[in-house]
Amino acid sequence: MKNIWHFFTGTLMLVSKGSKAYYGWVLVLLTLMAIGAAAYFQQMNEGLIVTNMRDQVSWGFYISNFTFLVGVAAAAVLLVIPAYVYHWKPIKEIAVLGELLAVSAIVMCLLFVTADLGHPERFWHLIPKIGRLNFPQSLLAWDVVVLNTYLILNLTIAVYILYSLYYKRTPNKSFTTPLLLLSIPSAISIHTVTAFLYNGLGARPFWNSSILVPRFLASAFCSGPAFMIIIFFLVRKYTKFRIDDKAIQKVAELIAYAMFVNLLLLGAELFKEYYTASAHLAPVQYLFQGLHGHSALVPWIWTAMVFNITAFFLFLVPDTRRNNVTLMIACILVFVGVYIEKGMGLVIPGFIPDVLHEIYEYSPTGVELLVSVGIWATGLFVFTMLLRVAIPILNGDFHVADDGVGSYIGDQLFLVQQEPEDMAKRDDSGDEYAD
Amino acid sequence: MSDNCKCDEHVQHKSRRKVLKSLAAGIGLIALPGREASASVWEEFFQKHFRELSKEELKQVITRLEKKYSQQFGKQVNVKATPPIEGVKYGYGLDLSRCIGCRRCVYACVGENNQSRDPQIHWIRVMQLDKEKGVDLSHAEHYYNPATVPEKGHFYMPVQCQQCEKPPCTKVCPVQATWKENDGIVVIDYNWCIGCRYCMAACPYGARHFNWGKPGLPAKDVNTNTHYLGNRPRPKGVVEKCTFCIQRTREQPGRYPACEEICPVGARKFGNLLDPESEIRYLIENKRVFIFKEDLNTQPKFFYFYAT
Repeated sequence: MKNIWHFFTGTLMLVSKGSKAYYGWVLVLLTLMAIGAAAYFQQMNEGLIVTNMRDQVSWGFYISNFTFLVGVAAAAVLLVIPAYVYHWKPIKEIAVLGELLAVSAIVMCLLFVTADLGHPERFWHLIPKIGRLNFPQSLLAWDVVVLNTYLILNLTIAVYILYSLYYKRTPNKSFTTPLLLLSIPSAISIHTVTAFLYNGLGARPFWNSSILVPRFLASAFCSGPAFMIIIFFLVRKYTKFRIDDKAIQKVAELIAYAMFVNLLLLGAELFKEYYTASAHLAPVQYLFQGLHGHSALVPWIWTAMVFNITAFFLFLVPDTRRNNVTLMIACILVFVGVYIEKGMGLVIPGFIPDVLHEIYEYSPTGVELLVSVGIWATGLFVFTMLLRVAIPILNGDFHVADDGVGSYIGDQLFLVQQEPEDMAKRDDSGDEYAD
Repeated sequence: MSDNCKCDEHVQHKSRRKVLKSLAAGIGLIALPGREASASVWEEFFQKHFRELSKEELKQVITRLEKKYSQQFGKQVNVKATPPIEGVKYGYGLDLSRCIGCRRCVYACVGENNQSRDPQIHWIRVMQLDKEKGVDLSHAEHYYNPATVPEKGHFYMPVQCQQCEKPPCTKVCPVQATWKENDGIVVIDYNWCIGCRYCMAACPYGARHFNWGKPGLPAKDVNTNTHYLGNRPRPKGVVEKCTFCIQRTREQPGRYPACEEICPVGARKFGNLLDPESEIRYLIENKRVFIFKEDLNTQPKFFYFYAT
């Protein structure tokens, strides 16, 4: 118990230290969080009428972001499998970063769902026994269960490993291995259940397609790892943490396969809709061509198509995959492409045309955008804090001091651009003890 | 010995509840003005699900709500919780060959059921369709507005909650805030709904409506005869829908739903599906009847028919 307390106070000490860049970044995030909170306060006062959602399009930007982020969270499994099932060393060293990303993404998911609720203060109605969770009937009840399970699993694994390393102990495998193995089906489950949530509605032909789950998974295995690679590059550039090129290349290769499956499934869906050309074609037409003069999503989805296809070739061709610049571009393209396709591109056409074939065009209001920016900032803040602690621990720059009580903080700065020639001398820099 | 223990437990339990209660009241006192108002806010927050309320608790809830609404609107508002009548299952018939699209039903419903006037909420939607194309919604005109109806070459199709036997909306609700009663009416507990709107995504008929803002219901327009599961004033942030005028139809003797009563051409029929002598049964057995979106197997108890 005492150890946990010392660890906790040590991490608080650690996150309060950093370079100017670190302070600036955190300040920006905190400002955005405050702006988001103010916008949310306005929404609480006036109701969801401050959004552009209406009865015809009853879910919008919040649920689109939620859906996309579930994918990002699920993707941590792409690091866990090679690391812990195949014991592939280059990825094992960085798998913890994937788990921390999953934690941050789930935090954002939960915040986005909460922001979308008419009565968030009634959240306790979802707690089994105390409230009335409609399990197993409602897929949303399933989502509550699997998302929270996945959050707790990843948090437990990551914190336990980091805590052990801080106290210079080897993490107990008989504790971590079962949890890690469990986190694999758990990752699949969060995305499957989220897809089922849409999939099971006969009222919405756009979602009522049996390849929705594989499409969700394929796109998740693109966007999540792409974000991971971007983070790897940043971590490599601005911290002392070393990430093997082999690890990045392996992840990039996996994205190429996943994007191929994603595009294939999308093609299958489009073929079926256009060749059959039944009344169910309308939402697809709305998305890709516009319907009766309404075409708000058309430029977005074509942007996503161009991004995804370009990125696919950048990942596929070895030369562009191995080139850090083109790889970085490909990652950004995939992230944005999937954000559009599996966000607004998936949610909104479910409602346009609506069940009585009315067309109400939706685009988020300023309040919706500000609240969403606030939630993204919160997620990035959580991720930054987690990395601020995890990276020095993994580097051996943050551990228990020799007296067994205080902490040794070797990395005072964090977020400093690394000069290649500095690397060698880095080991003995910073020797401060704090309690 | 064991008796003693029980007694102790009881005392402990009681005192714990007392502590909790005073704690809640204390927090309420700090957060909100007015001792009484804050107490009712906390009572509302901790209110149990409608179907878990004991008779005594239900009575307290109803008293609290009546007091709240009466204060809010400056006149006595009554809230009932009349249970379903044994041996009754409600069914609705709508004669498409008679409907003239006048929308009197829409506004009679708004008046009867205390819907928000601003922003406007309508539980009934009337679509104007082309006679040539039949029930093809892709040609539906929702906002037709000529000087007189019916317009040549068109027919009209009102849509409201179809009170499905297999309602997709209740299945998806994560907190069981909506369910089908024994008389077949699908209801919502507005004090339990968390406002996630999953039911709205699931409903194939657009029958569910959300209070996006604070409902604008002028005091002079309030219908004071209300039902807990039906037309009592709603808060913002919850879903609402047609209940076949539960506050009227469950009375004995019952009254017809407001939309049925107002229809100037007699296009609307209502009755007990379990009564072989009822008009609705006669229509189903003798007219050309169809149900809306049959392929989804929601099994509506709302029957469209052509009498002529």
